[in-house]
Amino acid sequence: MGAAAGAEPLWPAGVSGREGAVTAWLQRLGRRGIGFFERLGRGHLFLLRVLAALPAALARPRLLVAQLHAVGVRTLLIIGVSGLFVGMVLGLQGYNTLVDFGAEESLGVVVALSLVRELGPVVSALLFAGRAGSALTAEIGLMKATEQLSGMEMMAVDPLERVVAPRFVAGLVAMPLLAAIFSVVGVYGGWFVGVGLLGVDDGAFWSQMQAQVDLHDDVYNGVVKSLVFGFVASWIALFEGYDAVPTSEGVGRATTRTVVHTALAVLGLDFVLTALMFE
Amino acid sequence: MVQTRTVEIAVGAFVAAGLGALFVLAMKVSSIGALDVADGYELVARFDNVGGLKVRAPVTVGGVKVGRVVAIDYDMDRYEAVVHMRIDRRYDRFPADTSASILTAGLLGEQYVGLEPGGEERYLGDGDEIRLTQSALVLEKIIGQFLYSKAAGGGAK
Repeated sequence: MGAAAGAEPLWPAGVSGREGAVTAWLQRLGRRGIGFFERLGRGHLFLLRVLAALPAALARPRLLVAQLHAVGVRTLLIIGVSGLFVGMVLGLQGYNTLVDFGAEESLGVVVALSLVRELGPVVSALLFAGRAGSALTAEIGLMKATEQLSGMEMMAVDPLERVVAPRFVAGLVAMPLLAAIFSVVGVYGGWFVGVGLLGVDDGAFWSQMQAQVDLHDDVYNGVVKSLVFGFVASWIALFEGYDAVPTSEGVGRATTRTVVHTALAVLGLDFVLTALMFE
Repeated sequence: MVQTRTVEIAVGAFVAAGLGALFVLAMKVSSIGALDVADGYELVARFDNVGGLKVRAPVTVGGVKVGRVVAIDYDMDRYEAVVHMRIDRRYDRFPADTSASILTAGLLGEQYVGLEPGGEERYLGDGDEIRLTQSALVLEKIIGQFLYSKAAGGGAK
């Protein structure tokens, strides 16, 4: 830059606006790229600080219980209702496909495997992001905007220990439980449609399911998946809130980003985890 | 105070429901309760070919599940596949000349071991070997034999 300016100007005087626009565009692109890596780095440093604050948060179970209520109990209704309908749709679609092959007795296997392996962890993580993750971001973003977080720091209370870490643990604990509830409610939804409405044999429904669904390969891996999703969803939600621009517009944007980024992260990770688990 | 109590009760119920759901997944949806043969004895059978038999495949007698396959090895001395089966303690009086064959559930279903009780008065005990075995039917071999016999028959005509 200095050399170019010393010898002869990079752009001759009276250059058309077109080249100026290209430079501006390149500059914007560069700024975006640097900004992306900056946020990525900040996000990971934030995660490290949250993990370091975990022991202090676990020493205060009261805070944890309050957050479990906000994150878990209040998400229960949407999880239960969605699980029921997802299971019922699986029962209906599975039956219509399987009956062509005379294999409608395998309906239990289809419903249970789809739920336990994929839909339970993934759909409940997406619902979690929409119901609990957005609320977490908005709450923490507003705390930042109204300077409650700086107030805490001034009183020598670490907001990471007091505010962020309990919410993180609550998300981590709640997610596998929510996914398990989703799967069980879904299995009973599929059972209701298949056995109750469409006349699949009750014994075959359960026994085929029990014969084909493996405790380790399917159930355990599903729980691991939902643990990973809980980790990622809570992390993204808390970071977006903590990193939000402290204005009402900034908090709104951060909330949107939480839902979008969590959905992308969960779906992308799901592919990776599935590839690792079910060879 | 009442507020905190309700919150605590709700959280307790939530955690209990979640753990209950995990329990249901383990016991009712997957197979742990129904099929695990913890208390059982082991039988061994040797086959020329086990086909698609897998560990954890069921072992049945007369269509009733009595145990499961726990290990499949290959014996490099006798060039035979060795199948270890764990049989439920309740079914402990199989005659010594019981035969084992590898069967397929349905046309394309999974393979399992079928036992056929013999008539001897001695019973099989823990670690005993089943002498009479029949290998898995490999579809390609059957088709090959069929085509061969067909071709041989056609040539004679």
